[in-house]
Amino acid sequence: MSLDKNGIAKRIARELHDGYYVNLGIGIPTLVANYIPAGMQIVLQSENGLLGIGPFPAADGIDPDLINAGKQTITAVPGAAFFDSSASFAMIRGGHIDLTVLGAFEVSDTGDISSWKIPGKLVKGMGGAMDLVASAQNIIVAMMHTNPQGESKLLKKCTLPLTGVGVVKRIVSDLAVIDVTPQGFKLVERAPGVSVQEIINATEGRLIVEGDIPEIEL
Amino acid sequence: MNIIIFAKVRFLFRISINLREILLTMNKVVNNAHEAIKGIESRMTLMLGGFGLCGIPENCIAALAASDITGLTCISNNAGVDGFGLGMLLRRHQIRKMISSYVGENKEFERQLLSGELEVDLIPQGTLAERIRAGGAGIPAFFVPAGYGTEVADGKPVREFDGKMYLEEHWLKADFAIVKAWKGDTHGNLVYKSTANNFNQVMATAGRITIAEVEELVPAGTLDPNHIHTPGIFVQRIFQGTNYEKRIEFATTRPD
Repeated sequence: MSLDKNGIAKRIARELHDGYYVNLGIGIPTLVANYIPAGMQIVLQSENGLLGIGPFPAADGIDPDLINAGKQTITAVPGAAFFDSSASFAMIRGGHIDLTVLGAFEVSDTGDISSWKIPGKLVKGMGGAMDLVASAQNIIVAMMHTNPQGESKLLKKCTLPLTGVGVVKRIVSDLAVIDVTPQGFKLVERAPGVSVQEIINATEGRLIVEGDIPEIEL
Repeated sequence: MNIIIFAKVRFLFRISINLREILLTMNKVVNNAHEAIKGIESRMTLMLGGFGLCGIPENCIAALAASDITGLTCISNNAGVDGFGLGMLLRRHQIRKMISSYVGENKEFERQLLSGELEVDLIPQGTLAERIRAGGAGIPAFFVPAGYGTEVADGKPVREFDGKMYLEEHWLKADFAIVKAWKGDTHGNLVYKSTANNFNQVMATAGRITIAEVEELVPAGTLDPNHIHTPGIFVQRIFQGTNYEKRIEFATTRPD
């Protein structure tokens, strides 16, 4: 059975290490915060100027001066820090963020990513996505393996305008965990009950399959 | 006699010190947003702080919306929402060009963009912040990795450093930078609150004239110098704003 959004988030949470500073994008990546292992110290960055994102506030604790990059009201954890946008992107560009998790429309087998613009649809802007993908030490993409028409989103070459070139290190999809290597995609794990052949069929880019592929443990 | 003269001199001296203090103070403090935006003319370039509707200079935006100023180029991370924030200026067709990183959440904006009434320059958020920082810090050009290999790189010189490719980007400056702070003093020193800081602190450095509107204006010497975010040297005009709405775009709460 393929993973749902929470399953993808749960698997990505296993990539976290104690002491990590992490930036989570909008959508599935945000759900990763729900699966941080108990006792692990993770500091979540919001690029609008906060290290130490806490849970959503109680109804009587909403503060309009405290939002995340998705413009949702949030809280700050004890030990949090606020700063301005240029300091925020100095953290990102300077390689101080240990892990960035974001969504994508398409990823290529050379690690290119398209995530901000679909021709014919109104362009809203790239926000901080281009800065994040160009600079993070480690980038994991959370995405569905295919589009609603069943076409692969893991391609030889991205068809949509790019967000970054050669930047993606790992993909966690509803079907598999896949690394981006100099030889192309490499299958690391498969979703429980999903066969290697199903993943091969759903992957248009070059895909290396070596030996037994273990199932994703959640 | 001598004693009387001495007392008179001391009295005059004291008055002159007080006057000097008042005059220095009066240099920056203005009464309201309408006074603060004096000198802003059509076709000028403005920077406006804020992220979404968080930390936007509400009073100055309202004063601009009540003016006849048009053809503005607005450098702002976002473009407000319909009818609030920069949406108020868009509705009155006062903006010719937006320089932003993300412009969703605004139907009137979309309409003007599609009809060609409005020009938009989309810039990666970190590059936008750094271009503003460079403008304030006197750095005409610098290199960043964001956008390399994408359409953002079109026409820009590229250069390799330590095996990685970077784009050359240039500074941004404005005729007026308009920022919103939590607290400010009569010398223009500013303190921001929580994530309402965002682009305000960096934009305060990059205006030929920087206007700060604050929730609480206090006499110089009241704020702890250790806690100042924006030193007063960057601020030319300051006033205490009124009736802050602080609209929330997405109120999200946890279940009780």
